[in-house]
Amino acid sequence: MVDFDVRLGLTPADLALRELQIRRPAEYVPLNPDDSPELRVIQANFPDDIVSSRLFRGEKTIVVKKTNIVAICKLLYQSPETNYNYLSDMTAVDRLKFMKDDEPRFEIVYNIYSMGTFQRFRLKAQVSEDDQTIDTVESVWPNANWVEREIFDMFGITFNNHTDLRRILMADDWIGHPLRKDYPLGGEEVEFTYNVRGK
Amino acid sequence: MSTIEREVKNRPLPDLGPGVTVETDPEDDELMIVNMGPQHPSTHGVLRLVVELNGENVMKAVPHIGYLHTGLEKTMESMTYYKALTITDREDYLSNLMNNLAYSLAVEKLMDVEVPPRAQRLRVILNELERIASHLLWLGTHALDIGAMTLFFYCWRERDQILDMKEMLSGVRMMTSWICPGGLRGDAPAGWFYKVQKFVDGFPKKLDEYNKLVSKNPIWVERLSGIGVISAKDAIAWGMSGPSLRGSGVAWDIRKANPYCGYEEFQFDIPVGKNGDVYDRFLCRMEELKQSHRILVQALKNIPGGPVITEDRKMAPPPRAELDTSMESLIHHFKLFTEGYRPPIGEAYGVVESARGEKGYYIYSDGGNLPYRVKIKGPSFNNLQALPEMIKGLMIADTVAVIGSIDIVLGDIDR
Repeated sequence: MVDFDVRLGLTPADLALRELQIRRPAEYVPLNPDDSPELRVIQANFPDDIVSSRLFRGEKTIVVKKTNIVAICKLLYQSPETNYNYLSDMTAVDRLKFMKDDEPRFEIVYNIYSMGTFQRFRLKAQVSEDDQTIDTVESVWPNANWVEREIFDMFGITFNNHTDLRRILMADDWIGHPLRKDYPLGGEEVEFTYNVRGK
Repeated sequence: MSTIEREVKNRPLPDLGPGVTVETDPEDDELMIVNMGPQHPSTHGVLRLVVELNGENVMKAVPHIGYLHTGLEKTMESMTYYKALTITDREDYLSNLMNNLAYSLAVEKLMDVEVPPRAQRLRVILNELERIASHLLWLGTHALDIGAMTLFFYCWRERDQILDMKEMLSGVRMMTSWICPGGLRGDAPAGWFYKVQKFVDGFPKKLDEYNKLVSKNPIWVERLSGIGVISAKDAIAWGMSGPSLRGSGVAWDIRKANPYCGYEEFQFDIPVGKNGDVYDRFLCRMEELKQSHRILVQALKNIPGGPVITEDRKMAPPPRAELDTSMESLIHHFKLFTEGYRPPIGEAYGVVESARGEKGYYIYSDGGNLPYRVKIKGPSFNNLQALPEMIKGLMIADTVAVIGSIDIVLGDIDR
């Protein structure tokens, strides 16, 4: 039985290698409330929930805490300024390999779209490793049902109040959550004379 | 009461896996659970549909997906940006070039590079050819599902010409990976445009042939109208996109709403339906074939000259001839095919209007040479999610027609 909790991604050798890698510096531009109705709306109603915001290559992103996620989503849907009535996509990111110790491990990414203004917006909610749950947004966008099932299947994040939370792509008896960064990549070692064990 | 029905009643219900609840009335002889697929010719791949029937009426349907799940997103995480392109072909296997384009747009956004105008134009031409090929396959198989076999062969004939064009371009008939981050792998060979022009010139006649065969055919119209109805509000709520959404009357096309690759230069219309039934979705796709042809006619005129891939040597491989004379080119070539390039830390979403709807690639870069996380948004995934709503209360035979009308590709759903 493989221990799926082993953090294979964080071996000292791996860390040292990543330190050596030269990375291009990231331009970090926070969102300007004058240009972003999303930021204005969230700031007016949930000022304590905003963690950070970013404008990168013309794409707007706001990171929020997960406590009021359903209310924030509902706000973005119902507010006439934003009116994000279409959940285009939803996913999660496991930041295990480059997060700092005090940062939450997972990010749930809501890729939302407005059919009225044709604007796209990215909302991210932070989910920590200690409490891998978040509320479902099914009540706002019904099609969150399947994508949330996929996130549960692939990342093991549980959605509170979800109507039908079970695996969707992997088999029902599958062990582990494949898209986590500490999920061991399979593959059997090719047997040669020097590595045949116990034969 | 026939003996067969009694047998059904007395037989213990099969174990259908968790989540499938069966509300059976012991007094009701008619209730029956039917397992459609995964191996069923009309499910367009490996879709499993558990339907609860009362007589011939569908009371409830539960789609089970994942039979074609191959972990493409996980695989891409361990490939460089350039190599991961080949994976995108294998995902929605009927609109390969559109997947290439969506992925390339996301990577180009991350790297902040400009694509030369000739590449933009060729991308439009290739995408519209791909849309025609994909819609032709849909039309043929949709007709085949319903029982009209002739159309299938006609559609295959035209689709094969497009595959020939792709073969002439790249040597491969389907998984070409021809559109790559930065532009195209190479320019069109001599005689390619002539071949495309010949196809485009002859296509309206062929389209008329199809329309004559089915569009006004009373049997066809009778078979398709009024079934699989979904309202515009529901279709948006279920996240549908593409012709399946437009059939319900929502005029949303990413080529118009958020133009990419210079689609704003071309004149074309967005066909929308009124009733949101199978026939409207059918008409939308038929009209889209016409509109794609219209774009092709415009795109084939005044094709800009120049290179087809960006001059940025950090991203595009240098031409073969340069390698013999330039040391710098040799280094670039070596670095590009071993290490690859490194976008800055950030994320980008590349999106195109594929033959099935909104096809998007969300790429999360950690500053390294491998994409840290790739999420593929498949339009079929959301379209299929609305299927149980659409077939509730219909006859079992209509289920096949409705599945055909949303044009799902299981590779796109399971990824």
